[in-house]
Amino acid sequence: MIDTLDYQIISLTQTGLPLTPQPYQTIADELGVSVERVMQKMQQMTEQGIIRRIGVVPNHYRLGYTHNGMTVWNIADEFVDEMGTKVGQLDFVSHCYHRPRHEPEWHYNLFAMVHSKTEQGVNQQIQIITELLGEYNLGQDVLYSTRILKKTGLRVGGKRV
Amino acid sequence: MLSPLHKQLLNDFQQNLPISATPYQDIALSLGVTEDDVLLAFQELQDQQFIARIGSVIAPNLIGVSALMAMAVPTENLIKTAEIVNQYPEVNHNYERDNRFNLWFVLIAKDKSSLQTVIADIELTTGYNTLYLPLIADYFINLGFEIDFDD
Repeated sequence: MIDTLDYQIISLTQTGLPLTPQPYQTIADELGVSVERVMQKMQQMTEQGIIRRIGVVPNHYRLGYTHNGMTVWNIADEFVDEMGTKVGQLDFVSHCYHRPRHEPEWHYNLFAMVHSKTEQGVNQQIQIITELLGEYNLGQDVLYSTRILKKTGLRVGGKRV
Repeated sequence: MLSPLHKQLLNDFQQNLPISATPYQDIALSLGVTEDDVLLAFQELQDQQFIARIGSVIAPNLIGVSALMAMAVPTENLIKTAEIVNQYPEVNHNYERDNRFNLWFVLIAKDKSSLQTVIADIELTTGYNTLYLPLIADYFINLGFEIDFDD
């Protein structure tokens, strides 16, 4: 599905495009292929959904979004896709995932990351999700990060991608 | 602080930086400014850390296999445990969160069996069990995050 050139292009573009007039030319030169080939591959990977987006990756924290909550929900498994699709569409939700429960100590199977400039804002967002889920919501919690203990770029098997 | 151009670049180009030989020139044309204006504004946003980068964002689990992991660690052992966990190159992010499960990290390995090996090793070296929380489904909607610039 992903060939070597795709992989190399992903490696070079996801860490940041050069801020020069012809960024894809720089990448093409580095890989020893034509700029047309690089752009064709980028286009293809975008159409296939391998590349989700190409653009600005904002630093939410620096932009004032200091309250980032991992909201977790207990939704009956047969409804989780339907509910996840709804929650994922909310404009303040950046990521929304179905993950397994681990009974008895972890009941939550739907995760939604929310971002706000205030704690009150996060509480309002949780209220909106609660109303949206209605009777499908069997329990919920929110976990705030209190410390970043490690943050690195994407690596696979210890090697930087 | 942030100029109208900065704000436009932040909100309107999260998804679709043109795949073109001259993407910044294309953006400049669409906004009625010069390519130098765009390059300078992006550079400023980057230097002041309003943006992490301008680049491609890849769908999960296409390169390697990843999983979210959680651990419940007594507070007095948290830092020591985090240090052990962080030594594994497979650990990408590691956050302390305000819950009984207070250590949350993301593992990425080249395949599922390598991932399982690392998990077993982490449980052995830290002495704590983990919650293994891989993605089952990703409700990904292709919309940018609308940044509200009003204070």
